[in-house]
Amino acid sequence: MENALARAGLWYTLLVIAIVAVAGAHDVGFAVHMWIVAGVAVIGLIATLSRYDYNAAANRILRAPNDPSRYDDEPVRWGVIATVFWSIVGLFAGLWIALQLRFPELNFGEYATFGRLRPLHTSAVIFAFGGNALIATSYYVVQRTCRARLAFPRLARFVFWGYQLFIVLAASGYVLGVTQSREYAEPEWYVDLWLTIVWIAYLIVFVGTLLRRSEPHIYVANWFYLSFIITIAMLHIINNLAVPVSFLGSRSYSAFAGVQDALVQWWYGHNAVAFFLTVPFLAMMYYFVPKQAERPIYSYRLSILHFWSLIFLYIWAGPHHLHYTALPDWAQTLGMVFSVILWMPSWGGMINGLMTLNGAWDKIRTDPIIRMMVAALAFYGMATFEGPMLSIKAVNSLSHYTDWTIGHVHAGALGWNGLITFAAVYFLTPRLWKRERLYSLRWVNWHFWLSMLGIALYAGSMWVAGITQGLMWREYGADGYLVNSFAETISALMPMYLMRAAGGVFYLAGAVLMVANVWLTIAGKVRDEAPMSDAKYDPQADRPIVAEPAE
Amino acid sequence: MSDHSTYEALRQLADSWGLLGMVIAFLVLVAWPFRPSARDRNRDAANIILKDESDGD
Repeated sequence: MENALARAGLWYTLLVIAIVAVAGAHDVGFAVHMWIVAGVAVIGLIATLSRYDYNAAANRILRAPNDPSRYDDEPVRWGVIATVFWSIVGLFAGLWIALQLRFPELNFGEYATFGRLRPLHTSAVIFAFGGNALIATSYYVVQRTCRARLAFPRLARFVFWGYQLFIVLAASGYVLGVTQSREYAEPEWYVDLWLTIVWIAYLIVFVGTLLRRSEPHIYVANWFYLSFIITIAMLHIINNLAVPVSFLGSRSYSAFAGVQDALVQWWYGHNAVAFFLTVPFLAMMYYFVPKQAERPIYSYRLSILHFWSLIFLYIWAGPHHLHYTALPDWAQTLGMVFSVILWMPSWGGMINGLMTLNGAWDKIRTDPIIRMMVAALAFYGMATFEGPMLSIKAVNSLSHYTDWTIGHVHAGALGWNGLITFAAVYFLTPRLWKRERLYSLRWVNWHFWLSMLGIALYAGSMWVAGITQGLMWREYGADGYLVNSFAETISALMPMYLMRAAGGVFYLAGAVLMVANVWLTIAGKVRDEAPMSDAKYDPQADRPIVAEPAE
Repeated sequence: MSDHSTYEALRQLADSWGLLGMVIAFLVLVAWPFRPSARDRNRDAANIILKDESDGD
């Protein structure tokens, strides 16, 4: 009881602080954010003081299995639901801004302009969809591979809910115009501080669970997850070093200036790609691909080689985002060289994942989840070939600032991160809810092909658009003047933008099918459908050979 | 080593002992699982995840 009283006191204090902050707020964005914090405090206060068991009610709504698992799976279940939910938000925002580029009339008012919705899209897919998938899968994998329950269960739940609050503050901030204009790090100083607290709690939960392990060896997937948690903390803190203009306002100024600021930004930005979108998704690969294929990883030694190579090489690749800028030439070359070297360990990792299926390649035909994983690995290989190629200065002089970059990013994001996450969601859902199987495996198959079509349209159109754009920008006439105005290059791209949006429609349609599939699986329904594959049976041949009497 | 600025000092370190230390650390870490006596350990480690047949149910 005293405990509940103390917690209520904390919520009440937070509520008072938030209301004082609203009263003294210097700008609308900050005031709205403090209202959100006040709302969270009210919810916390009600949940603490009420006798009603909200957790049990939530578990009833989520149809969580009654028999408790040996593992702490509750936050994993929430994480799967959050992943599925944010995937739709993020993909829809992406489709919307893709349509805005083709139909500028879709920019409504000041709040729904391309400039504000674009960071909403990137953050929603990377940090909300990807981040929730990473928190959920890391909680799942670390428990299974360590044979231990989550350390600090309350803190693990705080990480989940604290991360959702971070997402809501970030997303609402973008729409309101609260941004520090740093790519993939747009949230302002107070949201950054909140994320730092949540992230350190995440590190404590993860390391605490590793320390409680009953397996002597720490499985390689956990190495990837741990390096993700540690490195993201380092990148996030250094990139967001800033001085707030006031403690009750949303504006701040970076601690760095000029080209140093740009380099810090892209040291962060590229390593967000490396340590948020690559390394922990490889952790998913190293657990879920062997599990789904029911055979161990092709080479454990190669996985260690893969790990240390990424750790030692990736951190230097950032300067390739600043080719032909004020950044010193040697730093640009350094970034390029390390990016090209990265091709090798990346393909080593891809081969390691693919060769896990050695001897069971037929599963690609019969198991749509394996097919999704294999396609994800193929896209990982494609993106990690294209990336080094684009980082070469000569190629970059054509591709930089064009839609080729966007095509590259989406081949990786939709193909690699999206498909491996969908596969993990399909793997986890029946296990977390103790269902016999997914509602429909054939729908997974549909999801796979809708995604493939979407990615093909997206990447294809953006390659053509990017090269068109690059060639038009650099075209000189005999008189030494540029041939094309910028507006002319834009109108040349319009068909490509429409094609890209069509790709988005297909990809989003696949994700909607996933929502339905996960929803119905949780509801406990099983679709009556023919299995994906069956051994052939021929009743005509199924009879003994009887000697026919001679005539 | 000239030490008239922090930049110079760090640059010197990065081009000499720092670089050497990083390369040696990398090579040792990468070579470590390839030593012949690690063969069984690697096989066991790869199979950790498959031992738990029922996913902890």
